[in-house]
Amino acid sequence: MRLPCPICGERDRREFYYRGAALALHRPDPDAGDEAWADYVHLRDNPAGVTRDLWYHEGGCSAWIVVTRNTVTHEVLGAELAEGAR
Amino acid sequence: MRFSALRILKEGLTGNKGWTPHWRDPAPKPAYDVIVIGGGGHGLATAFYLAAEHGLTNVAVLEKGYIGGGNVGRNTTIVRANYNMPGNSEFYSHSLKLWEGLEESLNYNVMHSQRGVINLFHSDGQRDYAARRANSMINQGDDAILLDREGVRRMVPYLDFENVRFPVYGGLYHPRGGTARHDAVAWGYARGADMRGVDIIQNCEVTGIDVENGRVTGVQTTRGAIKAKKVGIVVAGRSGQVAALAGMRLPIESHVLQAFVTEGLKPCIDQVITFGMGHFYISQSDKGGLVFGGDLDMYASYAARGNLPLVEHVMEAGMTLMPMIGKARVLRSWGGIMDMSPDGSPIIDKTHIDGLYLDCGWCYGGFKAVPGSGNCFAHLIAQDRPHPAATRFRLDRFRTGVGLMDEEGTGSQHNLH
Repeated sequence: MRLPCPICGERDRREFYYRGAALALHRPDPDAGDEAWADYVHLRDNPAGVTRDLWYHEGGCSAWIVVTRNTVTHEVLGAELAEGAR
Repeated sequence: MRFSALRILKEGLTGNKGWTPHWRDPAPKPAYDVIVIGGGGHGLATAFYLAAEHGLTNVAVLEKGYIGGGNVGRNTTIVRANYNMPGNSEFYSHSLKLWEGLEESLNYNVMHSQRGVINLFHSDGQRDYAARRANSMINQGDDAILLDREGVRRMVPYLDFENVRFPVYGGLYHPRGGTARHDAVAWGYARGADMRGVDIIQNCEVTGIDVENGRVTGVQTTRGAIKAKKVGIVVAGRSGQVAALAGMRLPIESHVLQAFVTEGLKPCIDQVITFGMGHFYISQSDKGGLVFGGDLDMYASYAARGNLPLVEHVMEAGMTLMPMIGKARVLRSWGGIMDMSPDGSPIIDKTHIDGLYLDCGWCYGGFKAVPGSGNCFAHLIAQDRPHPAATRFRLDRFRTGVGLMDEEGTGSQHNLH
């Protein structure tokens, strides 16, 4: 698998650390309540198909990126910087 | 049809014409007392124990593919009860005891082989942890022996004991651990359930779960609607999709785990050996192939195949531990879909919908749990209260934070297990 870092271009998967669903960009307010926090920390859509997830370009430019890819075929459809992605 | 030595002799002498299919191929009935969604090892075991221990025989197992086509036929066949934490420890102990009586209770040869499991350690700190874990196992009533380096060397002399980075300091030996023939476990449970009246319905995908006034009433399938008083979801890597049919989101992320097997060799690895520092473990099948694997690829996937970096990593770890395997040729590799929970421990619980039960989160350790999971899930479905060996596998532990079972000690977070 090769991921298209918006800054560095297409790079080997081994340069990246996987964080999980891009849901992590939607951090609830501190006082949002335990349901909202349990949702955010633990519950996942876990789609079989197109997903958006967060990767950290650890072995490259240190950017957090949101990768759109297919979990069934491993096809990578695109990537953008997490900053401003939401 | 019962199996016995006499029967094999008789069939051998009469041209093997008397063997019959191991289970029927029934059409779905309009209604059942219990529907088990998922005909994998756990689902078939659930149906078997519903019938055998709770007298519930008006039961259907719905499988979207074929029996033995999922993770139960794609794992590395290891059976063990060497867990440390309360919750896991008593459950896997219960499961191992069921394994030990399984062939008798199923009248089926699952080739359960208690050849022993050795977990290697490589530092004083790891030795301390191994001793603590061994004591937990012994306190649980299971078996554990702490081996020093020479003890390990006597059993497995071919390891690289002097490796500079990970010298072998010793091993935690679990003699009652071992392996079993994975397909036979699925077939044996399917046959055992079928003999007791359970309908095993293959090529039947569940497309909807019917809920009325907070109570489950049945399921929609590719073979029509089926009513049910109770429905159990036990679908491993597909838990997210099936739970979504009931409007639920789960604390599950599905990942890919790869495994490998070499060409058949003469017997050389007698035990199961795990090399935690390299995320590598290995055993030898009765056919002679070296069966080995490593860690997750570490990204969400339903592809049932992995990527090359992990293949390289596993091969490197194998060569680091036992350089002798370098000349063995790898025959096949494959991947399975793992239902990873945040804390690495499973869930066997009711849901917020009456009559709908959930069994998932087995991560990469589901095979050894097959009898225990089926037994405890059947108990929950039949009696509406958890089996004593599975009281801590609660769904709400992630919300409350109470009773998390983070066996690895890495934190209760999806990408850490």
